[in-house]
Amino acid sequence: MSLYAERPPLPSDDKRWRIVNGTMRKHGYSRNALIETLHTVQSSFGYLDEPSIKFVAKSLRVPLSQAYGVVTFYHFFSLKPPGKHTCTVCLGTACYIKGSDKLVVETEKLLSIKAGQTTADGEVSFTTARCVGACGRAPVVLLDGELSGQVGVAELKAQLERWVRQ
Amino acid sequence: MSAEANIRTLTIDEVDVSARADQTILEAAREHNIEIPTLCHLEGLSEVGACRLCLVQVKGARRLLPACVTRVEEGMEVTTHSPRIDRYRTMVLELFFAERNHVCSVCVANGNCELQTLALRLGMTHVEMPYQYPQLPVDASHPRFTVDHNRCVLCTRCVRVCGEIEGANTWGVMGRGAQSLVITDLKEPWGESETCTSCGKCVQVCPTGALFEKSRAGMRAQKHPEFLPYLRIMREGEQQ
Amino acid sequence: MNAEELQQLAAEARDERPQFDYEVNVCMGTGCLSQHSDRVKNALEKEAEISGRKCHVRRTGCMGLCAAGPMVLVEPAETRYGHVHEGDAQEIVASLGGDPVARLDPQLRGYFEGQKHVVLENSGHIDPEKIEEYIARDGYEALVKAVTEMSPGQVIEQIMKSGLRGRGGGGYPTGLKWDTVAKVKGAQKYVICNGDEGDPGAFMDRSVLESDPQRVIEGMAIAAYAIGAAKGYIYVRAEYPLAVQRLTVALQQARRRGLLGSGICETTFNFDIDIRLGAGAFVCGEETALIASIEGKRGTPRPRPPYPAVSGLWGAPTLINNVETFANVAPILRHGGEWFSSMGTARSKGTKVFALTGKIQRTGLVEVPMGMTLRQIIFGIGGGVPDGRKFKAVQTGGPSGGCLPEEHLDLSISYDALISAGSMMGSGGMIVMDDTSCMVSVARFFMEFCMTESCGKCVPCRAGTVQMYELLTRITKGVATHRDLDRLTDLCEVVGATSLCGLGQTAPNPVLSTLRYFRHEYLAHIDEKRCPAGVCEIGTGHPADSAEVTVAGEVHV
Repeated sequence: MSLYAERPPLPSDDKRWRIVNGTMRKHGYSRNALIETLHTVQSSFGYLDEPSIKFVAKSLRVPLSQAYGVVTFYHFFSLKPPGKHTCTVCLGTACYIKGSDKLVVETEKLLSIKAGQTTADGEVSFTTARCVGACGRAPVVLLDGELSGQVGVAELKAQLERWVRQ
Repeated sequence: MSAEANIRTLTIDEVDVSARADQTILEAAREHNIEIPTLCHLEGLSEVGACRLCLVQVKGARRLLPACVTRVEEGMEVTTHSPRIDRYRTMVLELFFAERNHVCSVCVANGNCELQTLALRLGMTHVEMPYQYPQLPVDASHPRFTVDHNRCVLCTRCVRVCGEIEGANTWGVMGRGAQSLVITDLKEPWGESETCTSCGKCVQVCPTGALFEKSRAGMRAQKHPEFLPYLRIMREGEQQ
Repeated sequence: MNAEELQQLAAEARDERPQFDYEVNVCMGTGCLSQHSDRVKNALEKEAEISGRKCHVRRTGCMGLCAAGPMVLVEPAETRYGHVHEGDAQEIVASLGGDPVARLDPQLRGYFEGQKHVVLENSGHIDPEKIEEYIARDGYEALVKAVTEMSPGQVIEQIMKSGLRGRGGGGYPTGLKWDTVAKVKGAQKYVICNGDEGDPGAFMDRSVLESDPQRVIEGMAIAAYAIGAAKGYIYVRAEYPLAVQRLTVALQQARRRGLLGSGICETTFNFDIDIRLGAGAFVCGEETALIASIEGKRGTPRPRPPYPAVSGLWGAPTLINNVETFANVAPILRHGGEWFSSMGTARSKGTKVFALTGKIQRTGLVEVPMGMTLRQIIFGIGGGVPDGRKFKAVQTGGPSGGCLPEEHLDLSISYDALISAGSMMGSGGMIVMDDTSCMVSVARFFMEFCMTESCGKCVPCRAGTVQMYELLTRITKGVATHRDLDRLTDLCEVVGATSLCGLGQTAPNPVLSTLRYFRHEYLAHIDEKRCPAGVCEIGTGHPADSAEVTVAGEVHV
């Protein structure tokens, strides 16, 4: 038995784990690659669950508590699977001045969830963002990642209703 | 380099003191029995400069400086107490108390708590700010120890002693801002931690009643900090 | 690549141009793309082909006026069109060489007059994914000149002479920073480009990275040469996918041309750059937090000193500058430090890019010489407040800055003037508010931002922002007392004086500046239970609204 723990086996046969392993290999399995690797996991699987954090932490020899600390520090990382559709309302200053807080209130009312949650049927995830840098087009909403500018309450409601009704 | 070149002379509260160049203001002050309040600092652990209670005025510096990480310099003029500094310290302390659920009379660490001692010493008799009472969990899954997050001040002494001295890295910090929480492993119950060695150092270094040894109901939790002086020796031994 | 090869390449790229009589540039930045400028480009290409005219349709980066997107620029006539749709393509192509399409010119001229483009000189003129187009516009001339003709000391001298100050917020003299890192001994040094543009309401860094990424790479390479670094990192927000993609392409192209890598310009100078993605934490704009993040850790700041210049990434001497700062470097070396310092005010040199947004006629990016007044920018270039409403305040400096009222409109912009007025330059966000904005709510908005973005390491910021946020909430609900206002003022002082990093130290600024200039609004909420702007819902009659929140019981210690 080697004194140092072997790298853990891939959590499953899922081919996406090879992409994750690829990122770690590219960085020589260095601990510094933790955030880069978590990005790869999230973009491959949509979120980070406990087995995946454990796999990455053990592969890079980062203590579990530190890995979990990093995941929960950065708001870009999500511990829950996203809904089928995502709606992100920008709450940057320019968007706020142009009334994006009203968009948040209306969305929460229509979907009956708070920002950061997913509807019970798993259809729509609703989040807010800290400025997506498209302030010239405020207020801005990202619908399934597509940026829409100068969004009105009626327009947003119409889109959300289409998703909910499906 | 000669020995003299390594010595700095400075004044702390108008007292002339000398210190080694690699010493901090805090170390120099304590060697000369000048008291500067601290909370996150613990001799033997790395410094984080987070509690802001040891802020002192250094002549010529634009801002107040944390004594625990600021190195002495030749001719430095340090003021550790002034009406302004004392007022700031009291308010910072109030922020600590109001942040969670620090009610001394019902705390296991009553009479045995650094936060309480600091309040007494700084003359902070009551907290004007509204308490946040965040309703945090209590984890008693460990056979010998309990963590009550409602009494945690996030000084990270437990995190540091676990990583730097015990080498287990069981403790970490999750979340950020007011939602920060000390955790064991992947926020798993402490009793189920696969890395914890149950050495108990975290409990001994905890300045408040957040980490305590289990005992019979109603008993005041006694701490056993006898080993603390060795922390520093262990670290210095490492460097040699 | 050596100097001759570069010149040859530039000449080749320039020679391509005369093949075309006209160039039609279509903005494909984030703003215009969201309005389907890609379709406009396709339509224009199709029409150009049908018409048989010698016309080159080009994808470019941001043209500045995002509110009028999709934007199209026709050269050589320099005609700018806004709100262009696919259906307009035929008319635009037909008009080439003749009169511009009057229908599509929404009086954009006023927006561009008075601007001076240094950082944005290529934005909207080149294809950001073609290094040749950058080189054709004198790109990499400065790097080749620096590496082959100048000593590191001479490079730093020019930057010092230019008077350039950090564009990320603090305004620290760039030359001095470079000089410090150059003088620190270290086998390994690093250059970091801070592209963690977290200030809500600022998007110049995104725009530069999307429109002219080579400019930033060149600036970083020059800096690396000057301080003796071989490795660089660009830290970009993950929220900017297009910027990341264009940077990735740009880095590959620069490597292929031998402008990055080992033995640059046939010298012994080696330098390469990696991209690191941020993950949604405003505090990572603080340099020690950014370093922690690149090291793969929680982005919490640490006390300085030691400064990154002495002990930065992995403990090595590290130079950190912002995207816009690096974007200024190549022009300074090309034209000389004196040229740069001839623009601007006594202590703030050169130009500054501002993101003009909020309640303003023409939103977008503007680049103006330092020293211009707020009024010239907001009313001259921006066209003033729309819908006949009244100007109330302009917010600069993001969550670290402040709100300036009408009486400060004639303030000429410089780092020092903004600070003495109670705000700051920050990264250059400029958000205009009209009389429908409640200044207490604005202060509360920023406090909420700081509260949720606080890393939680030091207690004044972690707990102090929560307390201040709650006090501001009480005021907006009309249940606050004068004692609350005093407590708020006290907290501002303590949090500002005792916090560990810039985030906490400047978190009180939006409150302090609104208290200074709009105290009457606070008092109206407290004394008259009235929100002058009509934003806050006060007096719902619910008894809980007016009840004094009980002060916590005495703590017996």
